Parts: sequence; C-alpha cells; structure tokens
Amino acid sequence: MIVADKKPVEEIIEYVKDCKKVLVLGCNECVTVCEAGGKKEAGVLASTLRMYFANQGVEDAQVDERTLERQCDHEYLEEIREIADQYDAIVSIACGVGVQFTAEKYHSIPVFPGVNTCFLGVTEQRGLWTERCQACGKCILAYTGGICPVSRCAKRLFNGPCGGSSNGKCEINKDLDCAWQLIIDRLIAIDRLDLYEKLFDIKDWSTDRAGGPRKVEREDVQI
Amino acid sequence: MSVKTPSKLEKIMAAGHLGVTSECGPPRGSDPEVIKEKAGLLKGCVDAINVTDNQTSVVRTSSLATCIHIKLMGLEPILQMVTRDRNRIALQSDILGAASFDIHNILCLSGDHQSFGDHPQGQNVHDLDSMQLAWTARKMRDEGTFLGGNEIKRPPEMFVGAAANPFADPFEIRVPRLAKKIAAGVEFIQTQCIYNLDKFEEWVRQARERGLTEKCYIMAGITPFKSAGMAKYMKNRVPGMDVPDDVVKRMADTPKEKQAEEGINICVETIQRLKEVEGVAGFHIMAIEWEEKVSEIVERAGLLPRPEID
Repeated sequence: MIVADKKPVEEIIEYVKDCKKVLVLGCNECVTVCEAGGKKEAGVLASTLRMYFANQGVEDAQVDERTLERQCDHEYLEEIREIADQYDAIVSIACGVGVQFTAEKYHSIPVFPGVNTCFLGVTEQRGLWTERCQACGKCILAYTGGICPVSRCAKRLFNGPCGGSSNGKCEINKDLDCAWQLIIDRLIAIDRLDLYEKLFDIKDWSTDRAGGPRKVEREDVQI
Repeated sequence: MSVKTPSKLEKIMAAGHLGVTSECGPPRGSDPEVIKEKAGLLKGCVDAINVTDNQTSVVRTSSLATCIHIKLMGLEPILQMVTRDRNRIALQSDILGAASFDIHNILCLSGDHQSFGDHPQGQNVHDLDSMQLAWTARKMRDEGTFLGGNEIKRPPEMFVGAAANPFADPFEIRVPRLAKKIAAGVEFIQTQCIYNLDKFEEWVRQARERGLTEKCYIMAGITPFKSAGMAKYMKNRVPGMDVPDDVVKRMADTPKEKQAEEGINICVETIQRLKEVEGVAGFHIMAIEWEEKVSEIVERAGLLPRPEID
C-alpha cells in the first residue's frame, strides 16, 4: 500500500486559516489502512479545524467531512461534483495521488494536502509501517531472494553490502536491517547463494523517476 | 600478474615488491598549500597517495582537483571516487578529466552515507555501485568505449582498485564479495583498517584458496591509534570496524603520554606480521590527519627505501 503520515495540524491550519468553507476529504484505501487519511482521521481533522475556527471567533466558518472509496479514480471523485463548488478549499488526506487527482478534477478550487505521502510499504505491526518498494519499474526481486536492495538499502547497492553492515544492521541506523544481510540470509535459506556471485548489470533507471513521469498503457484492457 | 597500465603502483607490485600507499584528505577550503604540505610529508615513503572523495560525506576540495595538485608535485595520486554524489555521466567525465592529467589509479567506492556528513538532507545518487564503477573504468580502459557504447578518443589508462572490509557482516560473503569485485575488474584492493589480525589472515587464506590473490593485489589497511580514546571510539562507534579487546586494553594500559607511540608500535608490528602472509601485496597506511607519522611507520616496518621503477 501507499503509506502516509499525518501532517502537523498547524501546517494544515496555515493553509486554510482564511477560508470560510472547508471540505476535509478522506480516502477509504491505503491511507485508511495506515490510519492517516481514512474516515476516522477525516472526522478528527474536521473537528480540530472547527475548534480552531471557533477559538478564532470565526462564527460563520463551516468544515465538512467526506470520505470517498478512492481518490485515484474518476468515478469516486465524481461523487463530490455537485457540492465541490461551495467550498473555499478542500483538504485531501489521501496520498499525493489523491490530492493531485482531486486538484485536476476540481480545477478552480484550492486543494491542500493533509498528509505526507511516505512510501510503498507494509504494516509490520499496528502503528509501524515500513518501506518495501520504490516502484523503479523493473523488478529484480527474482535475483535477490525476494528482498529489494533499491528500497531497503540506504545506498541502493546491487552487488552486496557496503562495509558498514554490522551485526545485520545498517550503518545509518542500528534499528534498520541491512538489506544485504536479509538478502544473503534468504539466499542461503532457499539454497541459492550462487545468485550472489553473479555481477549485477548496471541498472536501467529510465523506468524509474529518472526517465520522467511514467505511464502504463494497456490496449488490451482499454475500452 | 602482467602490467596493464602506466601506474607506478601497479608496476611496483607486479615486480614483486610490497606496495605502499597512504592517503591525503583534501581540505575544507581551497588553499592548495594544505594539500601540498600533506602530500609533501608522504614524498619518498609511499608509492602512491589516495585522495579521498568528500569522505564521511563532508564537503571538501574535490578529489580530482587535489589529485592534479599531487600529480603536478611529481607524486602519484590514486583518485578515489564514490558513487554517492555523481551519476554515470559525471563519473565517466571525471575519469576522463583525470586521464587527461595522466592520473593512472582509481579507487572505486560507494561512499559513506550522507547522513554522517554536514549535508544530511542531501540526495544520494548511487546510479552505479562501486563494483559497477570498477567495471565501467575497466570498460573505458580496455574496450575504449563509454557505457553508452561510443568510442573514447585516448581512453583512460587506470589501475583499478576498490576497498574491502574483511570484518564486515555477513561474514559468509566476505570472500565471495571479493571474488565478485575481481570479476567486475578490480585489480587492487585496499582493506579496512586491520586490528584483528587472525580474522584478516583467515580472510586472506580463503581468498588464496579461491585463487583470488593471483588475480588481484591485496593491500592491508593500517591505521595508527593516536590514543586509547581513539581505539575505543573505533571499536564502538565506527561501523564495520573490528578492534579486539586486547588491542584496546594495550592502548588503555599505556600511560597517556606514551599512547601515540604505542599506536605506532602496534602498526609496525602489524605490518611486520602481515608482510609474511602469502597473498598480502602491500600496505595502505591511513594515518588520519597524522600524515607526518607515515614515514616513521614505513621506515620502522622495513619498507624503505621505496623501489625505483621506470
């Protein structure tokens, strides 16, 4: 999933402090799972903003909340078509994708981000999400024991750990696993340490962000 | 191993002599006198001088510019290049720049993570890793082409090196990792500082068994402790460093005013022991901000005079 984290509410207040009518727009997908931008968080943020306006003596301020199934699909975003125009601003607490798609769709309404979009990751435990993928566009997991050096090594090294790997941990942070320790452990477990000995070709980064904004176009599923 | 480049360091080791290198960290300013003074201290006691590339991710005068100063002094530089700060275009461009000054040695590294330095909010590049950089340098030299395939007019002639840490984890791949570096085109290795001699000798033995010491010159890394505090710091705080307790104790048991001398004694003893190890082709003496001690270490370890090679 796309993992996001809440923005400090002061930052959001700074965006909307001069608005009279604000819509807080949640998303029912990834950001709900990572508890940053779902229905529950939309409610909490809307209440906080209402309290802020009340404390400021802005009596005619109105903060509404709504949570869509997704903010990355036309059909769900269309659900606010009829009401969007009445707001001075929308605070989207979806990931950066949702914020942008909302802004694209409602061209004349300011749309502000309510979360920081962090990475593609997993829920390791309640309240702990960690990165697994950087969407480089050319998956190499078949050769690295199913563990990704691009997303999990601080130097995205392809041919083994740097000299700073110590007791299975990364040199930049003792709480962080060394990706290459994980890869080697896994290659041993699946009896494929031979894969380590092959020199990794220089990566084609043109499918990564380096190649510019990307798209996937599939004629077979287009209508 | 036959000589493939005009590198003096390569020629010395190919002739069967123990090679000796040291390093010079560029200044955090643009005063060339600092470089000349440091490099001058190493004249006559080493075969080549590594020039670090923004080590510990702290901004300094560039490795390439510093190498040029050293070359113009009549000394032999080793251009250290990290893959942290430059992509494949910039790396190849700097290799050409160095080659245009007839700099004949390169050491390929990934570089310390930027979070250790003075610009922790910076991006890192890592378009290539250190092995891929070594492979690139070899391709440029041996095939006379860029990574993109185009021909290089007057290709670089560089002796290609890399670092190795015999003590880093996971231990299972320390020797396979060396093999991989050699397969990538690495011709000489400078190791992490060695204090655990038994473990280092075991690593060299395994490398020898795989025939790796026949394909690559291994230069043992030596760093003198200035004090007991430095020994403790290296043991506890520097990632990937293996400093046995008895070495720390030896430093700590020495009176403070004699600790620096004891640090030098440890270095000299280390070199004397490792000189006898089959597969050790030389020594890389990293006297961090203590360049004036290199000549003493080299002399006491019996590595002087340095061989003269055409």
